[in-house]
Amino acid sequence: MGYEKPLPAPDPETEPFWNGCRDHKLLIQRCGSCGTHRFPPTSYCPTCQSGEVDWVEASGRGRVFSWIVVRHPVPKEVYADDVPYTVAIVTLEEGVRMVGNLVGIDPDRVTADMPVVVRFDNVTDDITLPAFAPAGA
Amino acid sequence: MFNARDKCAIAGVGYTQYSKKSGRTVRSLASEACLKAIEDAGLDVADVDGFVSFNFNDSVPAIAVATELGVPEAGYAVDFLAGGNAANLIVLNAVAAIQSGLAKTVVCYRAMNGRSGFRLGGGRQMAAHGITQFTAPFGWITYPQAMAMWCRRHMIEYGTTNEQLGSIAVTMRNNAALNERAMQRQPISIDDYFNSRQIVDPFRMLDICLESDGACAVVVTSAEHARDLKQKPVYVGGGAYGGGPQQGEDLFDAIRWPDHSHNYSKYIAKDLWASAGVGPEDVDLALIYDCFTYSIVMQLEGFGFCKEGEGGPLAASGAIARDGDIPVNPHGGLLSEAYIHGFNHVVEAVEQLRGQSGPRQIKDAEIALTTAGAMTCGSAMVLHS
Ligand SMILES: [Zn+2]
Repeated sequence: MGYEKPLPAPDPETEPFWNGCRDHKLLIQRCGSCGTHRFPPTSYCPTCQSGEVDWVEASGRGRVFSWIVVRHPVPKEVYADDVPYTVAIVTLEEGVRMVGNLVGIDPDRVTADMPVVVRFDNVTDDITLPAFAPAGA
Repeated sequence: MFNARDKCAIAGVGYTQYSKKSGRTVRSLASEACLKAIEDAGLDVADVDGFVSFNFNDSVPAIAVATELGVPEAGYAVDFLAGGNAANLIVLNAVAAIQSGLAKTVVCYRAMNGRSGFRLGGGRQMAAHGITQFTAPFGWITYPQAMAMWCRRHMIEYGTTNEQLGSIAVTMRNNAALNERAMQRQPISIDDYFNSRQIVDPFRMLDICLESDGACAVVVTSAEHARDLKQKPVYVGGGAYGGGPQQGEDLFDAIRWPDHSHNYSKYIAKDLWASAGVGPEDVDLALIYDCFTYSIVMQLEGFGFCKEGEGGPLAASGAIARDGDIPVNPHGGLLSEAYIHGFNHVVEAVEQLRGQSGPRQIKDAEIALTTAGAMTCGSAMVLHS
C-alpha cells in the first residue's frame, strides 16, 4: 500500500523548499532587499514589497510556539495507526514560524518554548517532510 | 468605518427545521427560509430585489433562490465565498447595497446540509496545494485541529483551563434546553464535559459545535420602509468587518498571525463600537460566534467585555448565563442550537430584540451584539430595537 497521507504539491514558489528538504536542508526565504526572513514562501516581501529573494539554510533550531495532540483520527482510515500524534507551530531562530510534527517525545511532556531541532522524514521517493524533535535528544 | 447607523433595519426572519439529515436539496432549504423571512416581514416576493449569501462551495447561488421563488426583479444577487467570518458581513453588505441604491429590499441567508452533505469539520483533499502544503502533510487538517492550536496559546499566555471551557459548554446546553428549535437540549454537567471524548488536545467533543442541515434568513430594508411593515424593526446600529495584519492565505492558515490568543475581534472592536455609538457596557445580550468554546473566550476579550486574559474566568463566573451581566447565546449557540455557520445568531438576536423568544427571552433586551468568525477575520454588528 502506498503513502496515504496528504502530500505537498510543490509549485514554482515552494519547490526550492521541498528540494531542500529532500537534501535534508531546511531552506527559507530572505528578502534580497531588506534582509527579512520569511516563511511560507511568497514572491514579494511583506515588509518592503521587493521581489528579490534569496534562499538560505535555516539553523534548524527553534522553540515550540503552540501544539496540539490529535487523539481522534481524521480521516480515520489514514491516521488510525498514528494517534496520538503531535503537531506544533515552531518559531525558528530566524524569526519565522513553521508547522511540523513533534517526534521523539511523549505528547504529554511537550511544553511551551521547548527547544527543538529539525529532523527529516523521507516519506516518498520525492517528498521529505520536516519534523521537530527535542533539542539534545 | 460603517457610517449607516440606523439607516437600515431587519424586518423579517425565517428558518427551517435544524436537523442531521434534511433529505432535501440545499436550494429547497434556502428557499423555505427566505420565503418565511419575506412572509414574516409582511412582504411579497415581488417586493424583494436582492439576495446575499455566503458559502464554502457547499450551497446554492443567491440567484438560484430568486429563480425558485419567482422573484421578478432580482437585480442584486451576490455570493461570498467565505466561512463563518461572513455571517454578519452579508447583512452589512445588504445595508451597503440599499444605501447605494443597488437594491431596495434584500434577503440574506445561509443554507447547508452541513451534516448529511459536505461536512466542514471533516478532512480535506489529500493533495496539499498552495498554503496547505505547509499544514496538511503533518496531519493538521480539520477546523477543530486548527482552533485547538489557537486555544493552546491562550492557555500558555493566560492559564485558561478546560474547566472554564467546560463551563461554556454547560451554559450553552442549559440555554438550548429552553429552545424548541435547538438540536441538543439534554442538559449536561461539567462531568459530562470531562467524560466526553478527547478529539484533539486541548479540545474534547463538547468543545466543538454541532453539524447541521438547515437554513435561516433575514430581510433587510431601509429603516423608513421597515417602520411601515408587520414586525417591530430591528435596526442595524453599527458594524465592522476585517482582522489584523498577516491574516494568511486562506481561512485555515494562520502561520504568520501575530498571536493566536487573540483573534479578529481585537482588531475590529473599536470601529464596531464607534460606528454604533455604544460600548460593551450598553449591550443587553451578545450572540457570539461559538464554533468552539474557546471562540467565546477570545471574543469576550476582543470586544471589550473584559481585559485580555480574563475571558476564561469571566465565562466561568456565570456572567454569560441567561441571568448574568452579559447573557451570551440564549438560544444555545452553534454548540447546542445548530451550526448554520453563525447566521442563526442573527435570527436569535432579532427575535430577542422583538421580545418574541418565549421561555428564553432576555428581559428588556434592547441592544444586542452579534459576531461572526473565530480566527483571523470576522464581522460583527450592533442591533437594537
Ligand atoms: Zn524586504
